Amino acid sequence: MTVALGEADLPMIRTRRISAVARGDRRPWTFYALAVVFTLYVAALYGPMICIYILSFQDIRGGLVFPMKGHSLHWFIDLFTQVRTGDVKGSFDRSIKLAALVTVITLVVSLMAGLAFRRRFFGDTAVFYLMIGSLVAPGLVLGLGIGLLFQWVGISPSWYTSALGAQLSWTLPFGVLVMFAVMSRFNSVWEEAARDLGASRWQTIRLVVIPVLAPGLVAVALFGFTLSYDEFARTLQTSGSLNTLPLEIWSMTLNVTSPSLYALGTVTTIVSFVIIGACIGAIIVINKRRGVRATGH
Amino acid sequence: MQRPNLSAWLYVTPLMLVLVPFFLLPTLVVLVASFFETDGFGGLLPAFTLANYVDVLTSAQTFLLYVTTLKFAILTWLFTLIIGFLVAYFLVFHVKNQLLAIGLFLVCTIPFWTSNIIRMISWIPLLGKEGLVNSTLLGIGVIREPFEVLLYSGLAVVIAYVHQLTIFMVVPIFNSLARIDKRVVEAALDAGASRLDVMRYIIIPMSKSGIALGSTFVISIVMGDFFVVKVMSGGGSASVVSAFYENVGVLQYPIAAASAMLLTLVLIAMIALILRVVDIRREITQ
Repeated sequence: MTVALGEADLPMIRTRRISAVARGDRRPWTFYALAVVFTLYVAALYGPMICIYILSFQDIRGGLVFPMKGHSLHWFIDLFTQVRTGDVKGSFDRSIKLAALVTVITLVVSLMAGLAFRRRFFGDTAVFYLMIGSLVAPGLVLGLGIGLLFQWVGISPSWYTSALGAQLSWTLPFGVLVMFAVMSRFNSVWEEAARDLGASRWQTIRLVVIPVLAPGLVAVALFGFTLSYDEFARTLQTSGSLNTLPLEIWSMTLNVTSPSLYALGTVTTIVSFVIIGACIGAIIVINKRRGVRATGH
Repeated sequence: MQRPNLSAWLYVTPLMLVLVPFFLLPTLVVLVASFFETDGFGGLLPAFTLANYVDVLTSAQTFLLYVTTLKFAILTWLFTLIIGFLVAYFLVFHVKNQLLAIGLFLVCTIPFWTSNIIRMISWIPLLGKEGLVNSTLLGIGVIREPFEVLLYSGLAVVIAYVHQLTIFMVVPIFNSLARIDKRVVEAALDAGASRLDVMRYIIIPMSKSGIALGSTFVISIVMGDFFVVKVMSGGGSASVVSAFYENVGVLQYPIAAASAMLLTLVLIAMIALILRVVDIRREITQ
Protein backbone atom coordinates (compact mmCIF):
# COMPACT_ATOMS: atom_id res chain seq x y z
CA MET A 1 0.00 0.00 0.00
CA THR A 2 2.81 2.38 0.82
CA VAL A 3 4.37 1.46 -2.51
CA ALA A 4 1.12 2.20 -4.29
CA LEU A 5 0.93 5.52 -2.51
CA GLY A 6 4.47 6.39 -3.50
CA GLU A 7 3.53 5.86 -7.13
CA ALA A 8 0.35 7.82 -6.69
CA ASP A 9 2.32 10.75 -5.34
CA LEU A 10 4.12 11.32 -8.63
CA PRO A 11 1.17 12.23 -10.86
CA MET A 12 -0.16 14.41 -8.07
CA ILE A 13 2.99 16.46 -7.91
CA ARG A 14 3.13 16.73 -11.67
CA THR A 15 -0.47 17.88 -12.15
CA ARG A 16 -0.19 20.28 -9.29
CA ARG A 17 2.96 21.81 -10.65
CA ILE A 18 1.21 22.48 -13.95
CA SER A 19 -1.77 24.09 -12.24
CA ALA A 20 0.47 26.08 -9.95
CA VAL A 21 2.42 27.43 -12.91
CA ALA A 22 -0.80 28.20 -14.73
CA ARG A 23 -2.14 30.18 -11.78
CA GLY A 24 1.20 31.80 -11.32
CA ASP A 25 1.63 31.10 -7.63
CA ARG A 26 3.87 28.72 -5.73
CA ARG A 27 2.77 26.07 -3.33
CA PRO A 28 3.11 27.25 0.26
CA TRP A 29 5.53 25.51 2.62
CA THR A 30 2.57 24.08 4.49
CA PHE A 31 1.87 21.86 1.50
CA TYR A 32 5.18 20.07 1.96
CA ALA A 33 4.81 19.88 5.73
CA LEU A 34 1.32 18.42 5.45
CA ALA A 35 2.39 16.05 2.69
CA VAL A 36 5.02 14.71 5.08
CA VAL A 37 2.44 14.38 7.87
CA PHE A 38 0.08 12.58 5.50
CA THR A 39 2.76 10.19 4.25
CA LEU A 40 3.85 9.38 7.81
CA TYR A 41 0.23 8.82 8.79
CA VAL A 42 -0.35 6.37 5.95
CA ALA A 43 2.96 4.64 6.69
CA ALA A 44 1.99 4.26 10.37
CA LEU A 45 -1.45 3.08 9.30
CA TYR A 46 -0.23 0.28 7.04
CA GLY A 47 3.33 -0.38 8.25
CA PRO A 48 2.52 -2.49 11.32
CA MET A 49 -0.10 -4.49 9.43
CA ILE A 50 2.37 -5.24 6.64
CA CYS A 51 4.88 -6.42 9.26
CA ILE A 52 2.57 -9.11 10.58
CA TYR A 53 1.64 -10.27 7.08
CA ILE A 54 5.34 -10.72 6.34
CA LEU A 55 6.03 -12.44 9.66
CA SER A 56 3.17 -14.90 9.13
CA PHE A 57 5.12 -16.48 6.26
CA GLN A 58 8.00 -17.70 8.45
CA ASP A 59 8.89 -21.38 8.76
CA ILE A 60 8.63 -23.54 11.87
CA ARG A 61 11.38 -21.68 13.74
CA GLY A 62 9.50 -18.39 13.44
CA GLY A 63 8.81 -16.10 16.37
CA LEU A 64 6.72 -12.99 17.04
CA VAL A 65 9.40 -10.45 16.04
CA PHE A 66 11.84 -9.73 13.25
CA PRO A 67 14.18 -11.00 11.86
CA MET A 68 12.31 -13.37 9.58
CA LYS A 69 13.21 -17.00 10.17
CA GLY A 70 12.90 -18.72 6.80
CA HIS A 71 9.74 -18.67 4.73
CA SER A 72 6.95 -21.19 4.38
CA LEU A 73 3.21 -21.61 4.74
CA HIS A 74 3.74 -23.62 7.93
CA TRP A 75 1.72 -21.33 10.20
CA PHE A 76 -1.23 -21.19 7.83
CA ILE A 77 -1.41 -24.98 7.73
CA ASP A 78 -0.89 -25.05 11.49
CA LEU A 79 -3.80 -22.66 11.90
CA PHE A 80 -6.33 -24.92 10.21
CA THR A 81 -5.01 -28.30 11.39
CA GLN A 82 -3.94 -27.81 15.01
CA VAL A 83 -6.48 -28.27 17.76
CA ARG A 84 -4.58 -26.12 20.22
CA THR A 85 -5.23 -22.96 18.22
CA GLY A 86 -8.95 -23.59 18.67
CA ASP A 87 -11.81 -23.98 16.22
CA VAL A 88 -10.66 -21.48 13.59
CA LYS A 89 -12.54 -23.12 10.72
CA GLY A 90 -15.85 -23.25 12.59
CA SER A 91 -15.63 -19.69 13.86
CA PHE A 92 -14.64 -18.44 10.43
CA ASP A 93 -17.68 -20.17 8.98
CA ARG A 94 -19.99 -18.66 11.60
CA SER A 95 -18.53 -15.18 11.17
CA ILE A 96 -19.11 -15.22 7.40
CA LYS A 97 -22.70 -16.46 7.79
CA LEU A 98 -23.43 -13.93 10.52
CA ALA A 99 -21.88 -11.10 8.51
CA ALA A 100 -23.97 -12.05 5.46
CA LEU A 101 -27.12 -12.04 7.57
CA VAL A 102 -26.21 -8.70 9.15
CA THR A 103 -25.45 -7.21 5.72
CA VAL A 104 -28.86 -8.09 4.29
CA ILE A 105 -30.76 -6.81 7.33
CA THR A 106 -28.63 -3.65 7.58
CA LEU A 107 -29.19 -2.91 3.90
CA VAL A 108 -32.98 -3.23 4.02
CA VAL A 109 -33.50 -1.52 7.38
CA SER A 110 -31.10 1.35 6.64
CA LEU A 111 -32.71 2.02 3.27
CA MET A 112 -36.17 2.17 4.85
CA ALA A 113 -34.97 4.39 7.70
CA GLY A 114 -33.15 6.62 5.23
CA LEU A 115 -36.36 7.06 3.25
CA ALA A 116 -38.31 7.88 6.42
CA PHE A 117 -35.81 10.48 7.65
CA ARG A 118 -36.05 12.61 4.50
CA ARG A 119 -38.96 14.45 6.06
CA ARG A 120 -39.56 15.35 9.66
CA PHE A 121 -42.08 13.16 11.42
CA PHE A 122 -43.47 12.91 14.91
CA GLY A 123 -40.82 11.44 17.18
CA ASP A 124 -37.99 11.62 14.65
CA THR A 125 -35.62 13.24 17.15
CA ALA A 126 -36.26 10.44 19.65
CA VAL A 127 -35.50 7.80 17.02
CA PHE A 128 -32.37 9.70 15.97
CA TYR A 129 -30.98 9.95 19.50
CA LEU A 130 -31.89 6.34 20.22
CA MET A 131 -29.74 5.47 17.24
CA ILE A 132 -26.83 7.68 18.31
CA GLY A 133 -27.10 6.16 21.81
CA SER A 134 -26.92 2.68 20.34
CA LEU A 135 -23.85 3.72 18.36
CA VAL A 136 -21.86 5.14 21.28
CA ALA A 137 -22.98 2.74 24.03
CA PRO A 138 -20.05 0.72 25.40
CA GLY A 139 -20.24 -2.68 23.71
CA LEU A 140 -19.53 -4.73 26.82
CA VAL A 141 -22.24 -2.98 28.83
CA LEU A 142 -24.75 -3.56 26.07
CA GLY A 143 -23.56 -7.17 25.88
CA LEU A 144 -24.25 -7.66 29.57
CA GLY A 145 -27.69 -6.06 29.22
CA ILE A 146 -28.61 -8.28 26.29
CA GLY A 147 -27.27 -11.32 28.14
CA LEU A 148 -29.36 -10.55 31.24
CA LEU A 149 -32.42 -9.74 29.14
CA PHE A 150 -32.19 -13.08 27.32
CA GLN A 151 -31.69 -14.83 30.65
CA TRP A 152 -34.81 -13.22 32.12
CA VAL A 153 -36.94 -13.92 29.07
CA GLY A 154 -35.61 -17.47 29.02
CA ILE A 155 -33.95 -17.62 25.60
CA SER A 156 -30.45 -19.09 25.51
CA PRO A 157 -28.02 -16.75 23.75
CA SER A 158 -26.47 -17.85 20.46
CA TRP A 159 -24.62 -16.22 17.61
CA TYR A 160 -27.68 -16.12 15.34
CA THR A 161 -30.05 -14.60 17.90
CA SER A 162 -28.53 -12.42 20.63
CA ALA A 163 -25.21 -11.81 18.85
CA LEU A 164 -27.07 -10.99 15.64
CA GLY A 165 -29.15 -8.38 17.46
CA ALA A 166 -26.15 -7.01 19.33
CA GLN A 167 -24.25 -6.56 16.07
CA LEU A 168 -27.24 -4.92 14.38
CA SER A 169 -27.37 -2.38 17.22
CA TRP A 170 -23.90 -1.36 15.98
CA THR A 171 -24.15 -1.74 12.19
CA LEU A 172 -27.60 -0.16 11.77
CA PRO A 173 -26.70 3.28 13.14
CA PHE A 174 -23.68 3.28 10.82
CA GLY A 175 -25.80 2.13 7.90
CA VAL A 176 -28.41 4.82 8.53
CA LEU A 177 -25.73 7.53 8.88
CA VAL A 178 -24.28 6.45 5.52
CA MET A 179 -27.82 6.52 4.09
CA PHE A 180 -28.21 10.12 5.33
CA ALA A 181 -25.11 11.08 3.37
CA VAL A 182 -26.38 9.19 0.31
CA MET A 183 -29.91 10.60 0.60
CA SER A 184 -28.67 14.18 0.82
CA ARG A 185 -27.76 13.87 -2.86
CA PHE A 186 -31.01 12.18 -3.88
CA ASN A 187 -33.36 14.43 -5.77
CA SER A 188 -36.96 13.61 -4.88
CA VAL A 189 -38.07 15.06 -8.24
CA TRP A 190 -37.29 11.65 -9.82
CA GLU A 191 -39.55 9.97 -7.35
CA GLU A 192 -42.38 12.43 -8.00
CA ALA A 193 -41.93 11.96 -11.75
CA ALA A 194 -42.29 8.21 -11.33
CA ARG A 195 -45.43 8.68 -9.27
CA ASP A 196 -46.88 11.13 -11.83
CA LEU A 197 -46.29 8.52 -14.51
CA GLY A 198 -48.47 6.13 -12.55
CA ALA A 199 -45.91 4.02 -10.70
CA SER A 200 -47.05 2.44 -7.46
CA ARG A 201 -45.08 3.14 -4.29
CA TRP A 202 -43.28 -0.22 -4.52
CA GLN A 203 -42.55 0.28 -8.23
CA THR A 204 -41.12 3.72 -7.47
CA ILE A 205 -38.76 2.26 -4.89
CA ARG A 206 -37.78 -0.77 -6.97
CA LEU A 207 -37.40 0.93 -10.36
CA VAL A 208 -36.31 4.45 -9.42
CA VAL A 209 -35.07 4.85 -5.86
CA ILE A 210 -32.96 1.68 -5.56
CA PRO A 211 -31.20 2.02 -8.94
CA VAL A 212 -30.41 5.70 -8.28
CA LEU A 213 -29.08 4.93 -4.81
CA ALA A 214 -27.22 1.76 -5.88
CA PRO A 215 -23.64 2.97 -5.20
CA GLY A 216 -24.66 4.23 -1.76
CA LEU A 217 -26.37 0.94 -1.00
CA VAL A 218 -23.18 -0.94 -1.87
CA ALA A 219 -21.38 1.30 0.65
CA VAL A 220 -24.00 0.47 3.30
CA ALA A 221 -23.51 -3.23 2.57
CA LEU A 222 -19.75 -2.80 2.93
CA PHE A 223 -20.25 -1.23 6.36
CA GLY A 224 -22.70 -3.94 7.37
CA PHE A 225 -20.44 -6.80 6.38
CA THR A 226 -17.09 -5.56 7.64
CA LEU A 227 -18.39 -4.12 10.92
CA SER A 228 -20.11 -7.41 11.70
CA TYR A 229 -17.21 -9.56 10.53
CA ASP A 230 -14.79 -7.72 12.84
CA GLU A 231 -17.18 -6.98 15.72
CA PHE A 232 -15.83 -7.97 19.11
CA ALA A 233 -17.10 -6.08 22.18
CA ARG A 234 -20.82 -6.57 21.61
CA THR A 235 -20.43 -10.19 20.53
CA LEU A 236 -18.24 -11.27 23.45
CA GLN A 237 -21.05 -11.87 25.94
CA THR A 238 -23.86 -12.54 23.48
CA SER A 239 -22.54 -15.26 21.18
CA GLY A 240 -23.39 -18.14 23.49
CA SER A 241 -21.14 -21.18 23.51
CA LEU A 242 -19.78 -20.90 19.97
CA ASN A 243 -17.15 -18.34 19.01
CA THR A 244 -17.10 -15.97 16.07
CA LEU A 245 -13.75 -15.24 14.42
CA PRO A 246 -12.85 -12.04 16.34
CA LEU A 247 -13.56 -13.88 19.60
CA GLU A 248 -11.28 -16.67 18.41
CA ILE A 249 -8.56 -14.15 17.57
CA TRP A 250 -9.07 -12.55 20.96
CA SER A 251 -8.55 -15.81 22.81
CA MET A 252 -5.51 -16.46 20.64
CA THR A 253 -3.94 -13.10 21.55
CA LEU A 254 -4.11 -14.24 25.16
CA ASN A 255 -2.78 -17.82 24.69
CA VAL A 256 -0.98 -18.27 21.41
CA THR A 257 2.54 -16.89 21.08
CA SER A 258 3.40 -18.30 17.67
CA PRO A 259 3.13 -16.75 14.21
CA SER A 260 -0.13 -18.66 13.68
CA LEU A 261 -1.73 -15.63 15.32
CA TYR A 262 -0.24 -13.51 12.52
CA ALA A 263 -1.31 -16.10 9.96
CA LEU A 264 -4.89 -15.74 11.17
CA GLY A 265 -4.47 -11.96 10.92
CA THR A 266 -3.31 -12.31 7.34
CA VAL A 267 -6.19 -14.63 6.40
CA THR A 268 -8.89 -12.45 7.97
CA THR A 269 -7.43 -9.29 6.43
CA ILE A 270 -7.37 -10.92 2.99
CA VAL A 271 -11.09 -11.66 3.41
CA SER A 272 -11.70 -8.02 4.40
CA PHE A 273 -9.69 -6.75 1.44
CA VAL A 274 -11.59 -8.99 -0.98
CA ILE A 275 -14.89 -7.62 0.33
CA ILE A 276 -13.67 -4.00 0.27
CA GLY A 277 -12.24 -4.46 -3.23
CA ALA A 278 -15.46 -6.04 -4.51
CA CYS A 279 -17.57 -3.20 -3.07
CA ILE A 280 -15.36 -0.39 -4.34
CA GLY A 281 -15.15 -2.14 -7.70
CA ALA A 282 -18.94 -2.46 -7.82
CA ILE A 283 -19.36 1.25 -7.07
CA ILE A 284 -16.88 2.19 -9.80
CA VAL A 285 -18.57 -0.13 -12.34
CA ILE A 286 -22.04 1.25 -11.53
CA ASN A 287 -20.83 4.83 -11.86
CA LYS A 288 -18.96 4.08 -15.09
CA ARG A 289 -21.95 2.37 -16.71
CA ARG A 290 -24.02 5.33 -15.69
CA GLY A 291 -21.54 7.69 -17.31
CA VAL A 292 -21.65 5.68 -20.56
CA ARG A 293 -25.44 5.68 -20.60
CA ALA A 294 -25.58 9.38 -19.88
CA THR A 295 -23.30 10.22 -22.81
CA GLY A 296 -25.12 7.70 -25.05
CA HIS A 297 -28.35 9.65 -24.78
CA MET B 1 -49.95 15.91 7.92
CA GLN B 2 -51.09 12.67 9.54
CA ARG B 3 -50.52 10.34 6.58
CA PRO B 4 -46.86 11.07 5.84
CA ASN B 5 -46.24 10.65 9.57
CA LEU B 6 -47.75 7.19 9.51
CA SER B 7 -45.76 6.05 6.49
CA ALA B 8 -42.55 7.45 8.00
CA TRP B 9 -43.15 5.37 11.11
CA LEU B 10 -43.80 2.35 8.92
CA TYR B 11 -40.36 2.88 7.39
CA VAL B 12 -38.55 3.21 10.74
CA THR B 13 -40.37 0.28 12.35
CA PRO B 14 -37.69 -2.28 11.41
CA LEU B 15 -35.04 0.02 12.87
CA MET B 16 -37.02 0.33 16.09
CA LEU B 17 -37.50 -3.46 16.18
CA VAL B 18 -33.73 -3.72 16.55
CA LEU B 19 -33.03 -0.65 18.69
CA VAL B 20 -35.72 -1.36 21.29
CA PRO B 21 -34.87 -4.99 22.16
CA PHE B 22 -31.12 -4.69 21.59
CA PHE B 23 -30.35 -1.22 22.90
CA LEU B 24 -33.19 0.36 24.89
CA LEU B 25 -34.35 -2.71 26.83
CA PRO B 26 -30.82 -4.01 27.62
CA THR B 27 -29.90 -0.55 28.93
CA LEU B 28 -33.01 -0.55 31.13
CA VAL B 29 -32.20 -4.08 32.27
CA VAL B 30 -28.74 -2.96 33.38
CA LEU B 31 -30.32 0.05 35.11
CA VAL B 32 -32.74 -2.21 36.99
CA ALA B 33 -30.02 -4.73 37.83
CA SER B 34 -27.92 -1.96 39.36
CA PHE B 35 -30.52 -1.68 42.15
CA PHE B 36 -30.73 -5.43 42.75
CA GLU B 37 -28.89 -7.60 45.23
CA THR B 38 -26.79 -10.59 44.30
CA ASP B 39 -26.93 -14.06 45.86
CA GLY B 40 -23.21 -14.38 45.16
CA PHE B 41 -23.64 -17.09 42.54
CA GLY B 42 -24.69 -14.98 39.58
CA GLY B 43 -28.33 -14.87 40.60
CA LEU B 44 -30.09 -11.55 41.00
CA LEU B 45 -32.43 -10.89 43.91
CA PRO B 46 -35.08 -8.27 43.12
CA ALA B 47 -34.68 -5.43 45.59
CA PHE B 48 -34.18 -1.73 45.67
CA THR B 49 -30.84 -0.99 47.19
CA LEU B 50 -28.39 1.82 46.60
CA ALA B 51 -25.60 -0.26 48.13
CA ASN B 52 -24.08 -1.01 44.72
CA TYR B 53 -23.82 2.67 43.90
CA VAL B 54 -22.41 3.43 47.33
CA ASP B 55 -19.83 0.68 46.80
CA VAL B 56 -18.84 2.01 43.39
CA LEU B 57 -18.82 5.67 44.34
CA THR B 58 -16.91 5.32 47.58
CA SER B 59 -14.23 3.00 46.28
CA ALA B 60 -10.84 4.60 45.68
CA GLN B 61 -10.35 2.15 42.83
CA THR B 62 -13.24 3.69 40.87
CA PHE B 63 -11.58 7.07 41.13
CA LEU B 64 -8.25 5.69 39.91
CA LEU B 65 -9.94 3.85 37.03
CA TYR B 66 -11.63 7.03 35.89
CA VAL B 67 -8.38 8.97 36.14
CA THR B 68 -6.60 6.36 33.98
CA THR B 69 -9.43 6.08 31.48
CA LEU B 70 -9.89 9.85 31.19
CA LYS B 71 -6.15 10.28 30.76
CA PHE B 72 -6.19 7.82 27.84
CA ALA B 73 -9.32 9.45 26.43
CA ILE B 74 -7.89 12.97 26.52
CA LEU B 75 -4.49 12.00 25.12
CA THR B 76 -6.10 9.95 22.35
CA TRP B 77 -8.55 12.73 21.60
CA LEU B 78 -5.76 15.28 21.33
CA PHE B 79 -3.57 13.21 19.01
CA THR B 80 -6.42 11.96 16.81
CA LEU B 81 -7.75 15.52 16.54
CA ILE B 82 -4.40 17.00 15.49
CA ILE B 83 -3.49 14.20 13.08
CA GLY B 84 -7.04 13.81 11.78
CA PHE B 85 -7.43 17.54 11.14
CA LEU B 86 -4.08 17.84 9.37
CA VAL B 87 -4.77 14.80 7.17
CA ALA B 88 -8.29 15.97 6.28
CA TYR B 89 -7.06 19.52 5.64
CA PHE B 90 -4.31 18.24 3.37
CA LEU B 91 -6.75 16.14 1.35
CA VAL B 92 -9.35 18.89 0.96
CA PHE B 93 -7.24 22.02 0.48
CA HIS B 94 -3.92 20.82 -0.89
CA VAL B 95 -4.77 17.91 -3.19
CA LYS B 96 -6.36 19.76 -6.10
CA ASN B 97 -7.00 16.70 -8.24
CA GLN B 98 -10.45 15.48 -7.15
CA LEU B 99 -9.92 11.86 -8.18
CA LEU B 100 -6.58 11.67 -6.41
CA ALA B 101 -8.11 13.18 -3.26
CA ILE B 102 -10.82 10.51 -3.26
CA GLY B 103 -8.19 7.81 -3.85
CA LEU B 104 -6.02 9.03 -0.97
CA PHE B 105 -9.13 9.34 1.22
CA LEU B 106 -9.91 5.69 0.47
CA VAL B 107 -6.34 4.73 1.35
CA CYS B 108 -6.99 6.31 4.77
CA THR B 109 -10.34 4.61 5.28
CA ILE B 110 -9.61 1.04 4.13
CA PRO B 111 -8.06 -0.09 7.45
CA PHE B 112 -11.29 0.93 9.18
CA TRP B 113 -12.96 -2.00 7.44
CA THR B 114 -10.42 -4.51 8.73
CA SER B 115 -10.09 -6.15 12.12
CA ASN B 116 -9.26 -3.83 15.04
CA ILE B 117 -7.74 -6.65 17.04
CA ILE B 118 -5.36 -7.56 14.24
CA ARG B 119 -4.37 -3.93 13.78
CA MET B 120 -3.66 -3.74 17.49
CA ILE B 121 -1.50 -6.84 17.74
CA SER B 122 0.39 -5.72 14.64
CA TRP B 123 2.27 -3.32 16.91
CA ILE B 124 3.85 -6.24 18.78
CA PRO B 125 6.62 -6.94 16.23
CA LEU B 126 7.41 -3.22 16.16
CA LEU B 127 7.27 -2.14 19.77
CA GLY B 128 8.37 -5.31 21.61
CA LYS B 129 11.60 -5.58 23.54
CA GLU B 130 13.19 -7.26 20.53
CA GLY B 131 10.93 -5.38 18.14
CA LEU B 132 11.83 -3.35 15.10
CA VAL B 133 12.00 0.03 16.86
CA ASN B 134 14.32 -1.20 19.59
CA SER B 135 16.57 -3.22 17.30
CA THR B 136 16.87 -0.29 14.90
CA LEU B 137 17.74 2.13 17.70
CA LEU B 138 20.24 -0.38 19.13
CA GLY B 139 21.68 -0.88 15.66
CA ILE B 140 22.28 2.83 15.08
CA GLY B 141 23.70 3.06 18.55
CA VAL B 142 21.25 5.63 19.87
CA ILE B 143 20.52 3.48 22.91
CA ARG B 144 22.43 0.76 24.73
CA GLU B 145 19.53 -1.00 26.45
CA PRO B 146 16.25 -1.73 24.67
CA PHE B 147 13.33 0.48 25.72
CA GLU B 148 10.94 -1.61 27.77
CA VAL B 149 8.22 1.02 27.92
CA LEU B 150 7.38 0.79 24.23
CA LEU B 151 5.13 -2.25 24.47
CA TYR B 152 2.88 -3.17 27.39
CA SER B 153 2.71 0.37 28.72
CA GLY B 154 0.48 3.42 28.69
CA LEU B 155 2.39 4.64 25.66
CA ALA B 156 1.50 1.49 23.71
CA VAL B 157 -2.17 1.92 24.68
CA VAL B 158 -2.25 5.47 23.34
CA ILE B 159 -0.41 4.45 20.15
CA ALA B 160 -2.93 1.65 19.53
CA TYR B 161 -5.89 3.99 20.17
CA VAL B 162 -4.55 6.71 17.89
CA HIS B 163 -3.81 4.09 15.24
CA GLN B 164 -7.37 2.78 15.35
CA LEU B 165 -9.37 5.93 15.93
CA THR B 166 -7.78 8.71 13.87
CA ILE B 167 -10.03 7.62 11.01
CA PHE B 168 -13.05 8.63 13.12
CA MET B 169 -11.69 12.19 13.08
CA VAL B 170 -10.54 12.19 9.45
CA VAL B 171 -13.90 11.27 7.91
CA PRO B 172 -16.22 13.80 9.63
CA ILE B 173 -13.64 16.61 9.45
CA PHE B 174 -13.03 15.80 5.78
CA ASN B 175 -16.78 16.04 5.16
CA SER B 176 -17.18 19.39 6.89
CA LEU B 177 -14.05 20.85 5.26
CA ALA B 178 -15.21 19.66 1.84
CA ARG B 179 -18.43 21.63 2.33
CA ILE B 180 -16.57 24.93 2.79
CA ASP B 181 -17.03 27.10 -0.27
CA LYS B 182 -13.53 27.75 -1.63
CA ARG B 183 -14.67 31.20 -2.78
CA VAL B 184 -15.07 32.25 0.85
CA VAL B 185 -11.39 31.48 1.42
CA GLU B 186 -10.40 33.32 -1.78
CA ALA B 187 -12.50 36.32 -0.76
CA ALA B 188 -10.85 36.45 2.64
CA LEU B 189 -7.40 36.29 1.05
CA ASP B 190 -8.35 39.03 -1.43
CA ALA B 191 -9.58 41.15 1.45
CA GLY B 192 -6.12 40.93 2.97
CA ALA B 193 -6.53 38.16 5.52
CA SER B 194 -3.40 36.20 6.31
CA ARG B 195 -3.47 32.44 5.91
CA LEU B 196 -3.45 32.12 9.68
CA ASP B 197 -6.54 34.34 9.83
CA VAL B 198 -8.25 32.15 7.25
CA MET B 199 -7.48 29.15 9.42
CA ARG B 200 -8.66 30.81 12.62
CA TYR B 201 -11.74 32.63 11.41
CA ILE B 202 -13.01 30.46 8.57
CA ILE B 203 -11.70 26.94 8.45
CA ILE B 204 -11.67 25.96 12.12
CA PRO B 205 -15.11 27.46 12.90
CA MET B 206 -16.58 25.82 9.81
CA SER B 207 -15.13 22.41 10.64
CA LYS B 208 -16.60 22.52 14.14
CA SER B 209 -19.34 20.02 13.35
CA GLY B 210 -16.87 17.50 11.98
CA ILE B 211 -14.61 17.94 14.99
CA ALA B 212 -17.57 17.48 17.34
CA LEU B 213 -18.73 14.34 15.57
CA GLY B 214 -15.22 12.87 15.50
CA SER B 215 -14.68 13.72 19.17
CA THR B 216 -17.94 11.98 20.09
CA PHE B 217 -16.76 8.81 18.36
CA VAL B 218 -13.23 8.86 19.76
CA ILE B 219 -14.19 9.65 23.34
CA SER B 220 -17.06 7.18 23.51
CA ILE B 221 -14.94 4.40 22.03
CA VAL B 222 -11.98 4.98 24.36
CA MET B 223 -14.24 5.30 27.40
CA GLY B 224 -16.01 2.07 26.47
CA ASP B 225 -12.93 0.08 25.52
CA PHE B 226 -11.30 -2.69 27.39
CA PHE B 227 -9.42 -4.89 24.97
CA VAL B 228 -6.81 -2.37 23.84
CA VAL B 229 -6.05 -1.48 27.44
CA LYS B 230 -5.89 -5.13 28.42
CA VAL B 231 -3.53 -6.28 25.67
CA MET B 232 -1.41 -3.20 25.07
CA SER B 233 -0.82 -2.33 28.72
CA GLY B 234 0.12 -5.95 29.43
CA GLY B 235 -2.14 -5.90 32.48
CA GLY B 236 -0.38 -2.78 33.76
CA SER B 237 -3.39 -0.54 33.60
CA ALA B 238 -7.09 -1.16 33.78
CA SER B 239 -9.94 0.85 32.35
CA VAL B 240 -13.41 1.45 33.71
CA VAL B 241 -14.81 -1.20 31.39
CA SER B 242 -12.10 -3.78 32.10
CA ALA B 243 -12.95 -3.51 35.81
CA PHE B 244 -16.60 -3.86 34.83
CA TYR B 245 -15.77 -6.98 32.85
CA GLU B 246 -13.89 -8.48 35.77
CA ASN B 247 -16.97 -7.98 37.95
CA VAL B 248 -19.05 -9.73 35.31
CA GLY B 249 -16.49 -12.53 35.25
CA VAL B 250 -16.94 -13.18 38.96
CA LEU B 251 -20.72 -12.88 38.56
CA GLN B 252 -21.00 -9.62 40.53
CA TYR B 253 -23.71 -8.36 38.19
CA PRO B 254 -25.29 -5.63 40.38
CA ILE B 255 -21.95 -3.93 41.09
CA ALA B 256 -21.01 -4.25 37.42
CA ALA B 257 -24.39 -2.78 36.46
CA ALA B 258 -23.95 0.14 38.85
CA SER B 259 -20.51 0.95 37.49
CA ALA B 260 -21.89 0.63 33.95
CA MET B 261 -24.60 3.15 34.82
CA LEU B 262 -22.02 5.53 36.24
CA LEU B 263 -19.99 5.19 33.05
CA THR B 264 -23.12 5.83 30.97
CA LEU B 265 -23.84 9.00 32.94
CA VAL B 266 -20.26 10.24 32.52
CA LEU B 267 -20.42 9.48 28.79
CA ILE B 268 -23.76 11.25 28.40
CA ALA B 269 -22.37 14.28 30.23
CA MET B 270 -19.27 14.39 28.01
CA ILE B 271 -21.26 13.98 24.81
CA ALA B 272 -23.82 16.57 25.94
CA LEU B 273 -20.92 18.95 26.45
CA ILE B 274 -19.78 18.32 22.89
CA LEU B 275 -23.33 18.66 21.57
CA ARG B 276 -23.64 22.08 23.17
CA VAL B 277 -21.08 23.23 20.64
CA VAL B 278 -22.94 21.92 17.64
CA ASP B 279 -26.32 20.46 16.68
CA ILE B 280 -25.17 17.11 15.33
CA ARG B 281 -28.63 16.11 14.16
CA ARG B 282 -28.90 19.15 11.91
CA GLU B 283 -25.35 18.70 10.66
CA ILE B 284 -25.84 15.06 9.75
CA THR B 285 -29.25 15.15 8.14
CA GLN B 286 -28.95 18.42 6.24
